[in-house]
Amino acid sequence: MTNVKVNSVAKTYGSVPVLRDITTEFPEGSFTSLLGPSGSGKTTLLRIVAGFIKPDEGIVMIGNSDVTEVPVWGRNIGMMFQSYALFPHMTVEQNVAFGLERRGIKGVEAKKQANQALEMVHLPDFGKRYPKQLSGGQQQRVALARAMVIKPSVLLLDEPLSALDRRLRQEMQVELLRIQRESGLTTIFVTHDQEEALTLSDKIAILDKGRIVQIGEPGEVYEKPLTRFAAEFLGDSNFLKGKVEGGAVRLADGTVVRASGALPADGADVTLAVRPEKMSVVSSLEEASNSIRARITTVIYAGQALSYLLVTPGGLQLKLFAQNKDGRVLSEGEVVTLAWSPEHTIAVAE
Amino acid sequence: MTYLGRAYLFAMLFFLYTPIVVMMAMGFNESSLYEMPFSFSTKWYEALYQNTPLLTSGMNSIIIAIITAVIATSLGTMAAVALERRTFRGKSLLQLLLLPPIAIPWLITGTAMLVFFYWSGIGRGMHALLIGHVALAIPYVVLVVGTGFKTIRADLEEAAMSLGSTPVHAFFAVTLPLLYPSIIGAALFAFAVSLDQFVISYFLATPGYTTLPVQIYSAIRKGFTPEINAISTLLLLGSMGAILIFARFAKPGDVSDKR
Repeated sequence: MTNVKVNSVAKTYGSVPVLRDITTEFPEGSFTSLLGPSGSGKTTLLRIVAGFIKPDEGIVMIGNSDVTEVPVWGRNIGMMFQSYALFPHMTVEQNVAFGLERRGIKGVEAKKQANQALEMVHLPDFGKRYPKQLSGGQQQRVALARAMVIKPSVLLLDEPLSALDRRLRQEMQVELLRIQRESGLTTIFVTHDQEEALTLSDKIAILDKGRIVQIGEPGEVYEKPLTRFAAEFLGDSNFLKGKVEGGAVRLADGTVVRASGALPADGADVTLAVRPEKMSVVSSLEEASNSIRARITTVIYAGQALSYLLVTPGGLQLKLFAQNKDGRVLSEGEVVTLAWSPEHTIAVAE
Repeated sequence: MTYLGRAYLFAMLFFLYTPIVVMMAMGFNESSLYEMPFSFSTKWYEALYQNTPLLTSGMNSIIIAIITAVIATSLGTMAAVALERRTFRGKSLLQLLLLPPIAIPWLITGTAMLVFFYWSGIGRGMHALLIGHVALAIPYVVLVVGTGFKTIRADLEEAAMSLGSTPVHAFFAVTLPLLYPSIIGAALFAFAVSLDQFVISYFLATPGYTTLPVQIYSAIRKGFTPEINAISTLLLLGSMGAILIFARFAKPGDVSDKR
């Protein structure tokens, strides 16, 4: 078992920088998601760790060895691809045994290990079939068995679940997590699905324009986003712009809002982020809360949850998420008071 | 609508195959002037057995077609691999230049080859025929194999490499087996292009070394005998057999990764 480190890694295609000066560590046994929109560089970073792409600058360490110059086939990685990438002309068993044979394990022993791996993904007795005789979910399980059977140093997952339908995807998430926990493999998972990242990961790294804008535990990244991008990409956020004034923030319409954590010096411009589910509609104000009056413009009824779009007299657009608990649904045009705790009011960098 | 469709299908098969069936039948007709009534005879096949020029040129055609298929398929496959999986200087130019020869009339290509071979000292004869046929067949091979390549996802080789294959091993263990149907198809194509070839062969053949189409052409000018039907029938059965074997053993696209 090994950790993975990247140090000052940069990659440019033509004149387009895809990764800029990435330094981070993926601790031993951790499950880290690289989360970002397309073009953020998350796949490039994964492929650099895998060895498919050579970084222009920086080094990649797997365990204690510098593998920057080592090609893919010398790195002992397990990789899963979005398209499964099973070899269509080989049986399931031959697919799984492929990596074993490259390591000099052949014949009966390779067969035994391949079948053990297939048992691990709950597909015993599937060895003699061809990939195209399997469903998408089964193919993905075979791909996982094939990646795990070689006892890799790291497991690299390139959006492996995005081609599956919702129910199967959730099933595979559980499976993936179970196998990752049992094996204790350091895992790097590329995804653009924030829910998947939150459910699976020990750590989430949010990438934007070739940089890691924030990395941390899911709860930490969600509750304390550092930048506007992080607040917006992982979950949803309301943004309140204002000026710092005596340890609080005065918004454009004059409302004074208190925030948690450090604020810049008085007079500086600042953006505050508030999660839509942290706000609630109140009838009487508590002393400690932030509050603002707003009119409901749109009601979105989604069964278990409700979302509202609101606008303040000052023209600020807000979102509010509420549980459909007491059966009370607010209606369009109603003017309400929204309150939320200063603790959930986070200053973010633009 | 189905009625029209069926009629169309029938008409198409009728016009394609009737002349061939008539041609084959006449090889078994006793009359040397293709006269009716039909009376079965194998005399033209016996005569063919004695007709050394026709048989020799038939053999020449087959040998040239086989050698052409082998050389053009190897070179063309390598070119297709390079064009599909590598980037290099002049790639787009090469891609562009590979295809027009298919559209250039053979008469023009043949004249150009004759002039060039005469001027460069290559001359005429078997070697010239081979060079001409191979040059002619390569674009077809590149086209067929290249199309086969597009059905194979690049991440299959990446998966193999992640499991410990070098790029060379990944190519031979994964890509090449998936490419076999296309390669066999391309080889048959090259074989057919060579076997069919008349215009270029006519220019490049020598009196002592000709191919079957050229020989048939000169035989027709002297006078038509059903021996030509006989050898055509044999040749036709041979090529049909090859196609059937191919269709039986390598269903094109069968192993490709379709989802």
